Amino acid sequence: MALLEIDNLHLAMRSFDGEAQVLNGISLSVDKGQVWGLVGETGCGKSVTGLSVARLLASPPARYFGGAIRFDGQDLMQADEAAMRRLRGRRIGMIFQDPTTNLNPVFRIGEQMVDVALHAGATDPAILGLPQGAPRRARLAAARQLAIRMLDRVGIPKAVDRVDDYPHQFSGGMRQRVLIAMALIGKPDLLIADEPTTALDVSVQAQILQLLYDLVGEEGLAVLLITHNLGVVAQICSHVAVMYAGNIVESGDVRSVFKQPGHPYTRALLAAVPTVQSVRGALQDLPGAVPDLIHPPPGCRFAPRCALATPACAQALPAPVPVGPLHSVSCLAVGAAA
Amino acid sequence: MSGARWLNLRRGFYRFRRSWLSMVGLVIVAALVLVALVGPALVPHPEHVAGGINTTARFLTPSASAWFGTNELGQDVFSLTIAGSRVSLLAGISVVVLAAGFGTLVGAVAGYYGGWLDEALMRFTDLMLTLPSLILAMAVAAAMGPGLGNTVFAIALSWWPGFARLVRGEVMAKKADTFVIAARALGAGTPRILGRHILPNIASPIIIKMSLDMGFAILTVASLGFVGIGVKPPTPEWGSLLSTARGYLPDYWWTAIFPGSAIFLAVFGFNLLGDGLRDVLDPRARR
Amino acid sequence: MIVPVLLGLSLLVFAISHLLPGDPVALAAGPQATKTEIAALAHELGTDQPLPVQYWSYLTGLLSGDWGQSVLTRRPVLADLRIYLPATLELVVAAMALAIVIGIPAGLLSAVFVDRWPDYLSRILSLGAISMPRFFLGLLLQLGFAMQLGWLPLNGRYPIIEDPPPFVTGFLSLDALLAGDPDAVWLALTHLALPAIAMSLSPLATITRMMRSATIEVLQQDYVLTERALGLSRWLIIFKYVAKNAMSSSLTVIGLYVGWLLGGSVLVETVFDWPGIGLYATKAIVTQDFMPVMGVTLAIGVVFVLVNLVIDLLYGVLNPKVRLG
Repeated sequence: MALLEIDNLHLAMRSFDGEAQVLNGISLSVDKGQVWGLVGETGCGKSVTGLSVARLLASPPARYFGGAIRFDGQDLMQADEAAMRRLRGRRIGMIFQDPTTNLNPVFRIGEQMVDVALHAGATDPAILGLPQGAPRRARLAAARQLAIRMLDRVGIPKAVDRVDDYPHQFSGGMRQRVLIAMALIGKPDLLIADEPTTALDVSVQAQILQLLYDLVGEEGLAVLLITHNLGVVAQICSHVAVMYAGNIVESGDVRSVFKQPGHPYTRALLAAVPTVQSVRGALQDLPGAVPDLIHPPPGCRFAPRCALATPACAQALPAPVPVGPLHSVSCLAVGAAA
Repeated sequence: MSGARWLNLRRGFYRFRRSWLSMVGLVIVAALVLVALVGPALVPHPEHVAGGINTTARFLTPSASAWFGTNELGQDVFSLTIAGSRVSLLAGISVVVLAAGFGTLVGAVAGYYGGWLDEALMRFTDLMLTLPSLILAMAVAAAMGPGLGNTVFAIALSWWPGFARLVRGEVMAKKADTFVIAARALGAGTPRILGRHILPNIASPIIIKMSLDMGFAILTVASLGFVGIGVKPPTPEWGSLLSTARGYLPDYWWTAIFPGSAIFLAVFGFNLLGDGLRDVLDPRARR
Repeated sequence: MIVPVLLGLSLLVFAISHLLPGDPVALAAGPQATKTEIAALAHELGTDQPLPVQYWSYLTGLLSGDWGQSVLTRRPVLADLRIYLPATLELVVAAMALAIVIGIPAGLLSAVFVDRWPDYLSRILSLGAISMPRFFLGLLLQLGFAMQLGWLPLNGRYPIIEDPPPFVTGFLSLDALLAGDPDAVWLALTHLALPAIAMSLSPLATITRMMRSATIEVLQQDYVLTERALGLSRWLIIFKYVAKNAMSSSLTVIGLYVGWLLGGSVLVETVFDWPGIGLYATKAIVTQDFMPVMGVTLAIGVVFVLVNLVIDLLYGVLNPKVRLG
């Protein structure tokens, strides 16, 4: 059994204009040691997938109407807030896109980290290295020591001095390191990273990716890395799932998917990545626009923009077809060819 | 009016109708205006409103014949309270209109010309804002003598700086807009640019502030009446009615409760309405 | 900034008081006074001098601690203020304390339950509270708690038949505490209760509203999502992490309200016969006795400026970016 299993998840979001079918039955399973890249354009549902795993979407406006999310065998769709809190910050860590807005500006980072450490320690005293029922003073001291160790771990120089600084005293890259440290305080099994490098300078991006790569190797974490950047996927992911308008259209190990992309959308995405070899002006555009999720097209949601589409594509959502040992594609054209 | 602006207004009114608090405010204000317009003519004892007394009927408890009872002069409290609505409404509107007019003039001149004129006018405005407004209004009203007009003038004198600050900021923001620059390039004179191009475009914040200020203006008029400076009997002003009634508590509570509740209701209605209007006219300020 | 503000304020107050119609000297001299007697009094008070000379002597007086004399009481204004200002300040401090202690959690909760019944309730109550005339509320409180129930004293700062604790700060409750007299503390607090409540309602409502809208904005910030994702409890997030962020906007309101309550203290002081600067100023205004009015106005200006200095410091505490420049 995989650590995280998302099984045919359906999610709708209420908005002013109507209810958008945001997730249209996605399935994904992530195992320990795997780094999954979840790629797609803005609005394809990749971020809400990550938030759904941590059950951080407010409902309403979010409404789940089918499917399951299982974490280590536990059905998260049935879990209450208290049960989710025992997982968040402890077994599931999260980092987000913009490190300038994700740290509370009016608290010292140490104070924020101590609260996170205390919370993690409340569910698992071993994290603070203390026996059950240790006095509050001891827990506070241990939490602070842990915060400093974690800052050191993510490469903050002079962590002992910096722990009492405020977020604005750190650079963008350093802030993202602080956020990574916070997410890892509880020694999580799963790390959900939502566009962790998008808001950073290019030079800093590489450092943060390297840090994540190293930490994943050392901790044996399972990672769900949400990104629109195929380059990031190529650098640190072992597996990749491509999302389009609320569906996973193709998934598999990175090598196979990048070498033999099966789905027309994946091919278009890969073709849009400029490479050293690509000829100037050869970047091809996809015709049309992302579909309206309030009134989604029937059948395959990519069909209206697809060069290979046939009338059959509008009939029903194509089921995933295995095209390799780990690699599957949800496309009728590919299914017919296979 | 452009299509987008019309759509915004329609969305705003939709929100306004949806917000039942604003509707309650609208109903209260509409009732108040109606009462102020026709009430004084229909009250059971117009002679009491004019100052007539009836010493044989002092301090009657509220009953079917005198709904709000009678006061220490035997006057019908219901008639006085109803008639007081006209005084308060008139005074409130006058204060806000006077203050908005003068404040807009000062703010527009300061914001449009800038430089030392702006500096001088705004320093003065800020100083006026630091003055305790109620004490200033009391001092001016006392020096000018009793009367509704003097009260209104005294309050408006302490009221305009808020409008001046608001208008200055808006004018400065609009001054740099392309349509103003275009108008100037076409040779339009300063009064024309201010009056035709800038002021119509900053009308909504001014109207919002006026509507938000109405309740508070009525409250201030009543406050002056209550401390005994401003409108004097026999003019039936709610604050001064309450001030007199204060001496007859707790036995003759009705002489205080009804005028007091009238002040509260009027102010509450305008505050609800002002809040709703702000939602309609200024989507940015929502929440 | 305190010096230019007070300089400007003194000039403005001086100008206004001399622009107003009426002849305070004739009023002070009494209705029987002859022209020569009035002129003699004017000479004695210095009001026959040219205005700039009068202002100059007023200004130098201010700086040397001579805030003029009340024409009617013939007492130095500063001596009067020494008595009356602490009385009003005690009231304002108590009212603001009530407003802050209740308003900040009320606003937080209102925002947390946005568009549900606790939110509607607090919004209606606060709009109602803002609309409630303080003097009418005061009367209602007197009617209910003093006259009908008899739980609290009707008016005044202290029972007339009792000797108040020795004057140290002028805050009766504090002076009683300093004197180590628990009965006197109780007496002072029970007298303070009703006027403080009457005065606190409108700042309470405004703080609640400010705190509500600020909290709604803060709750949408990214770091709140991060804090939730890290497993912190809802109440820790709201009452610690969100509250501190939302509080700075309420701070501005608190600063403004202190000035506003000082200037409007007359309304509550009239109802409760509270011997503060509001009543003092009213008596002076009615008799066109301008030195006390100017003194009160300047005193309010000084307090207002000082309070806002403190507020600026508090901003730094709440927002580290401000503090570190």
